[in-house]
Amino acid sequence: MSNASMRITLTVWRQASADAGGGFETYDVPGVSPDMSFLEMLDVVNERLMHDGKEPIAFDHDCREGICGACGFMINGQAHGPERATATCQLHMRKFRDGDHLTIEPWRAAGFPLVKDLIVDRTAFDRIIESGGYVSVGTGGAPDGNLIPIPKPVADAAMDAAACIGCGACVAACPNGAAQLFTSAKMQHLNLLPQGQAERWDRTVNMVESMETYFGSCTNHRECEAACPKSISIDFIALMNKDYAKAQLKQRRLIGQTFP
Amino acid sequence: MTMAFDAKIPEGPLEEKWDNHRFQIKLVNPANKRRFDVIVVGTGLAGASAAASLAELGYNVKVVTFHDSPRRAHSIAAQGGINAAKNYKNDGDSIYRLFYDTIKGGDYRSREANVYRLAQVSVDIIDQCVAQGVPFAREYGGLLDNRSFGGAQVSRTFYARGQTGQQLLLGAYQALMRGVHSYGIQLYPRTEMLDVVVKDGRTAGIVCRDLNTGEVFSMSGHAVVLATGGYGNAFYLSTNAKNSNVTAAWRAAKKGAYFANPCYTQIHPTCIPASDEFQSKLTLMSESLRNDGRVWVPNKMDDTRSPDQIPEDDRDYFLERRYPAFGNLVPRDVASRAIKHEVDAGRGVGPLKNGVYLDLSEATNRLGHDVIEERYGNLFEMYERIAGEDPYKVPMRIYPAIHYTMGGLWVDYNLMSNLPGLFVLGEANFSDHGANRLGASALMQGLADGYFVLPYTIGDYLAPLLGTTPLSVDDPAFAAAEHAIDDQVRRLLSINGKKTVDEIHRELGRVLWDNCGMARTEQSLSKALAEIPAIREEFWKNVCVLGENESRNQALEKAGRVADFLEFGELMVLDALRRNESCGGHFREEYQTEDGEALRDDEHYAYVAAWEFKGVDNEPELHKEQLNFEYAHPSTRSYK
Repeated sequence: MSNASMRITLTVWRQASADAGGGFETYDVPGVSPDMSFLEMLDVVNERLMHDGKEPIAFDHDCREGICGACGFMINGQAHGPERATATCQLHMRKFRDGDHLTIEPWRAAGFPLVKDLIVDRTAFDRIIESGGYVSVGTGGAPDGNLIPIPKPVADAAMDAAACIGCGACVAACPNGAAQLFTSAKMQHLNLLPQGQAERWDRTVNMVESMETYFGSCTNHRECEAACPKSISIDFIALMNKDYAKAQLKQRRLIGQTFP
Repeated sequence: MTMAFDAKIPEGPLEEKWDNHRFQIKLVNPANKRRFDVIVVGTGLAGASAAASLAELGYNVKVVTFHDSPRRAHSIAAQGGINAAKNYKNDGDSIYRLFYDTIKGGDYRSREANVYRLAQVSVDIIDQCVAQGVPFAREYGGLLDNRSFGGAQVSRTFYARGQTGQQLLLGAYQALMRGVHSYGIQLYPRTEMLDVVVKDGRTAGIVCRDLNTGEVFSMSGHAVVLATGGYGNAFYLSTNAKNSNVTAAWRAAKKGAYFANPCYTQIHPTCIPASDEFQSKLTLMSESLRNDGRVWVPNKMDDTRSPDQIPEDDRDYFLERRYPAFGNLVPRDVASRAIKHEVDAGRGVGPLKNGVYLDLSEATNRLGHDVIEERYGNLFEMYERIAGEDPYKVPMRIYPAIHYTMGGLWVDYNLMSNLPGLFVLGEANFSDHGANRLGASALMQGLADGYFVLPYTIGDYLAPLLGTTPLSVDDPAFAAAEHAIDDQVRRLLSINGKKTVDEIHRELGRVLWDNCGMARTEQSLSKALAEIPAIREEFWKNVCVLGENESRNQALEKAGRVADFLEFGELMVLDALRRNESCGGHFREEYQTEDGEALRDDEHYAYVAAWEFKGVDNEPELHKEQLNFEYAHPSTRSYK
């Protein structure tokens, strides 16, 4: 806890809509408390802008607890800013110094068209899930939850993958705008579990193909892992690639029968 | 408008009511389900699970959410877990015990039949979620792990690290996206519902605004399902997500849906205290921490020693002292008031003296650092990020905050409001938690409503409508509602006043928290009733909303929501003023026992207060639904 007040210079990408031209604007921000979150600092900037008759900076946010995945932008070129494993809403101003100059801009990726200022459209992630990111069980008739024992390490690994919050930082951090980390986390959560085996190969092919429709290719920069607010491991990308190769071999129509 | 006011609770013994009811209600033939259009508003646990389940059955489902993706709904932030009467731990749990605990925990202000059904379907929820691949915590043998959770003496809570809500929501979201892929669900993200249209006594559809383009448009259907969450953000500072709001429910209320028990608001005892005036929301620390944590304050006021330097003799473990049997695990309302009592007495800790210690050092010594890290690692990390202190070294500081709202739109046993065709699920309805919700029961209720209740009960309403077409969206009823929304938008953009939406919202929040928060009196509530209309008046004269309607305008969205809080807040206070008793989350200082516990008045107040809107400046009309207790007989809650 500290009572010292900080003064920050903020350069922000402003763009009224997808079609409008955009540009950077710079704001002097005195009176920043180190205990503020980054978004609370932006709230203060917005209140001041509105009192000056200027439109506030648009940014997505909701839970402000680092779990909904709504928030996120580049801070000095880093997705979610400098603190490791931390979403923007959980980043606090005590991580910066008095006098710092911060540049913030939206996720920049072909798969995420800009909506306004710092808001981008991440619908492509929903399309990837829609293509196969689920277990096809209808409601009702599920067997007792303890019927299939799942070894703790397997459950833990699935949970490590399932922790993804779908914020898109991995795509924004990637020089290629690739979504391998997101896709592999969502896929491997299910592919690792017994419940996900029945559709494993179809899921893998469908999700990868959907991903490739919207996003670039992975060339192992590992920037995604470094930017991920949930520290999702790129090991899941390796597992996805392995499953994708296997899925090609198991192409049922070619072989004529189903392999487990 | 006179509406039917019948809770439709089935006859027969408690254990058989739901089975009997399912047999007696009407069914829609599988081939006919596609002839019905159902609109689901909200994609949290209740909305997503309902939409997925209805689409699988064959209904035409449209889903509306103001989020950019259905996965963002605030259910995602629930940490602790979900209850189910599985009795996997062999510790004496049963459906009846979960029912009884929920009724008692709700301070005898909920319906027995609804709560029993909730306990019955709780076991199916776990099975369903496991089948979907929800990665619940497992024991080394591979079976599901359980823990005990605030207010329960059995271990019936299933969890996925500290992210249970996230994992359950992703399960429901994935089922929803499967419905988009395979069952024709039409998804409308970044779309805010702003009105319900009622014609000839039936719900005909909704009116929405596209948040990116400002376009106002209507959707019609045979039934509308609201699963739009609670109203905790009326208080401005709460643990709710910033965008959570009462708008959908309130606008339905303005069209005639009764709003029930708005004064039942839950204060969660373990939140991180506010640090400064810029605080935008409060963050909850899962109350699972109370399983291993001990709550204390220094005996001495203004003790400036660092907490680890304060010896045992100089500490007051006040929950253990006041409630020897339940200790640190007393229900949320009881814990919250005890913490408030200590802070009000000047024994608070931290720079602003606005918290108490939640200390896991004894458990860390007993179980080891690794076990504590395994159980609470992510919570400790979150605390350190926000408070800037390492909880492995310094005990956490906590203080209660608004967290959940038990009140909501009135629904019958079928989860239908008094407006025929308008169903309400999850936190948005009032149904199962009475005056206080037990920990790990919100997730259970949301999924029960969506997966296992609505899919049956909606058929009873729809079956007789076979062959009818929904009202055309060109009908004057829709046009009138669209015009009203256009007018409101234009009005908000034209005021050009001096105060921002947040400034006015903070004023409302302060009035509500100070006068209608953890402790309420006739005097404080009367004061709030006098102050709220003045704030509302200032809002409509002096609010500043810049920009235009035709592109994304977050201040405009927020202004509409705060306008509704300014009307709804008054109803919440009025309900609190009229309920001359203390029960659960509603604590009236005039009504307490000698020990300072809530004093109910079962003779006069064992009813659901369902309020009918009569115009913004008119007093709403109170309808009472009497609660009857045939099985769980009201007793004074004692956790000593």
